[in-house]
Amino acid sequence: MPMDNQDDMPSRPPFWNDPDKRALIFQVIVLAAVFAFFAYIFSNTLHNLEKRGISTGFEFLNNEAGFGILMSLIPYDETYTFGRTFLVGLLNTILVSFLGIILATIIGFIVGVARLSNNWLVAKIASVYIETFRNIPLLLQILFWYFAMLPLLPHPRQSVNLGDAFFLNSRGFYMPAPVFESAFLWVLAAIIIAIIAVVILVRWAHKRQERTGQPFHTFWASLAILVALPLIAYVATGMPLSWNLPELKGFNFRGGMTIIPELAALLLALSIYTASFIAEIVRSGIQAVSHGQTEAAYALGLRPGKTLQLVIIPQAMRVIIPQLTSQYLNLTKNSSLAAAVGYPDLVAVFAGTTLNQTGQAVEIIFMTMMVYLTISLLISLFMNWYNKKMALVER
Amino acid sequence: MNHKRLVSATALIAAMTFSAASHAGATLDAVNKKGHVQCGVTTGLAGFSQSNDKGEWTGIDVDMCRAVAAAVFGDATKVKFTPLTAKERFTALQSGEIDMLSRNTTWTLTRDTNLGLNFAGVNYYDGQGFLVSKNLGVKSATELDGAAVCIQAGTTTELNLADYFRRHGMKYTPITFDRSEETIKAFEAGRCDVLTSDQSQLYALRIQLAKPDSATVLPEVVSKEPLGPVVRNGDEDWFKIVRWSLNAMLNAEELGITSANIDELKGSSTDPNIRRLIGLEGIKGQGLGLSDDWAYNIVKQVGNYSEVFERNVGKGSALGIARGLNALWTDGGIQYAAPIR
Repeated sequence: MPMDNQDDMPSRPPFWNDPDKRALIFQVIVLAAVFAFFAYIFSNTLHNLEKRGISTGFEFLNNEAGFGILMSLIPYDETYTFGRTFLVGLLNTILVSFLGIILATIIGFIVGVARLSNNWLVAKIASVYIETFRNIPLLLQILFWYFAMLPLLPHPRQSVNLGDAFFLNSRGFYMPAPVFESAFLWVLAAIIIAIIAVVILVRWAHKRQERTGQPFHTFWASLAILVALPLIAYVATGMPLSWNLPELKGFNFRGGMTIIPELAALLLALSIYTASFIAEIVRSGIQAVSHGQTEAAYALGLRPGKTLQLVIIPQAMRVIIPQLTSQYLNLTKNSSLAAAVGYPDLVAVFAGTTLNQTGQAVEIIFMTMMVYLTISLLISLFMNWYNKKMALVER
Repeated sequence: MNHKRLVSATALIAAMTFSAASHAGATLDAVNKKGHVQCGVTTGLAGFSQSNDKGEWTGIDVDMCRAVAAAVFGDATKVKFTPLTAKERFTALQSGEIDMLSRNTTWTLTRDTNLGLNFAGVNYYDGQGFLVSKNLGVKSATELDGAAVCIQAGTTTELNLADYFRRHGMKYTPITFDRSEETIKAFEAGRCDVLTSDQSQLYALRIQLAKPDSATVLPEVVSKEPLGPVVRNGDEDWFKIVRWSLNAMLNAEELGITSANIDELKGSSTDPNIRRLIGLEGIKGQGLGLSDDWAYNIVKQVGNYSEVFERNVGKGSALGIARGLNALWTDGGIQYAAPIR
């Protein structure tokens, strides 16, 4: 036997033969290479931009923008900065995506369920809807809704007038804007209390039904609470709400709130298009629930409506939600087609006009990509949370 | 549209990221190697750059590209066109997708200094105006308070419009489109009361209306819009070729040289100015790195400035725009080119 002290423990392999250490070393090397790669890209980009005399940096965000924007959810005019145009565009993108997701989900669920209807006509109409709208490119649909709708709308001086408060013309749909007085806070408080009360009521009704088997019709009771409480508060505080009516002045209406045709066309196209995909997802989700479930529910004496609501949909949701997420992401990203019809979304305002006025493509495209990435990740996060919540229903 | 802008923006980022710095003369070398000039033009604007159903381009901006091709290759047809929206144009030039931009682009301080670009001259002096529907009964731009205004995105027009309304204490609603096609369609559909753009464009857009007589251009000109060809910063050799191609056309008009009489003048003229332009004496193409007959080729194949103007936007075209500011300095305009000598 050898005489050195290694005989009292097994001889250790050199560190490059130790799988754990080797793995660690490789990871460090890869990481360093990736860092070096990006550092090279970064410095080379800066160098080249400087060499060609193209301005760099984010200082431009503090410069005055000097151009107008059609629609803004926050105060904006030409004297605000380029940074502000970013926010205006961002909010407009979020607005159309948010409304689009809600609308697309509602239409999608209705059409998806309708396609499985036993009524021949209803099922066929749903099929035709789906096959038509999901097979026409979205950009064409957006242009179609916009340029098909515009000529049908009258000139502001010949507006469609609904009770001197609502007007419809080629510049948009005008409606009264609420003007809140400070006492309106009480009404807001009443609304919040009413919502909390309804949540408590629903929970109580649920528990009671589990305990006694007696169903409680929460719908009408909830509605009563939701209407009555704020109404009482509103009257008691002396009706602290007035309306700012739109009025024809010169060429156009002033005052009130407006839904511009660009938003309407974009929203319509996005939700109708995405709804056709959601409808198919809903159908596949429902069909994924085995027919035995339906039969079992019928055997228990549940009617078709209740069967759908209590047995089929909750199980179908587990199949539907993950696919729904990607449709929501698609809709959000597709909203960037807004520029075609002049809706001032992030791409049109910021990656469009602002980019052109400042010429700082690298910074602006980077910021825009980050925004879409962030919005998409947030939607994913929320939907994953919802998916987990729904999955827990399984017993 | 959208998509293409992102592509060229990405291309720019990629170019900035990986490419080594360019050197002077690089563009001419690259153009010679490719065998054609890649020229950025509009997606379709009558008189300036427009393609017909056979894909043939015409227009005053298109002829600017042809003149450069004629100077470089002695063949005005060795040019390929990239249609660009207003928003895409600078990125396309910065990224090297095109060799020159000739897309009725206004020369401003910001563009000249912040974008890494150089304006090689002015081939059309323009100014912003307003197109309104006749039945609106508006006679002057100062009556436009509260109007909805259709604009094309990414132009100096957007800024001038804001300035004009602010200066006069008036309100307006801007509706901004990517392309002039959508802008005019929305105007026709009654989405806006006014369409604003450079005056030359207003005439070009007006003839696209179903009833051109239903709209009228208001008398006010609210801005200075010197339009001209643009090249990348940092390549003076190429910059000079583009600048002198324009100068050659202007000088030819001043000297009375046309595509029709240039061959005759080549044989008979004793005027040293004419002989220098044709390349019979003087410095010829040396300093530019071009052949001796560079200017001859431009005039022979494309024409002098007057021919180009009248053919595309002037009397010989549907637009019928008068020379006005664009007449030579000797005729009361401000077109003036440095001499070829």
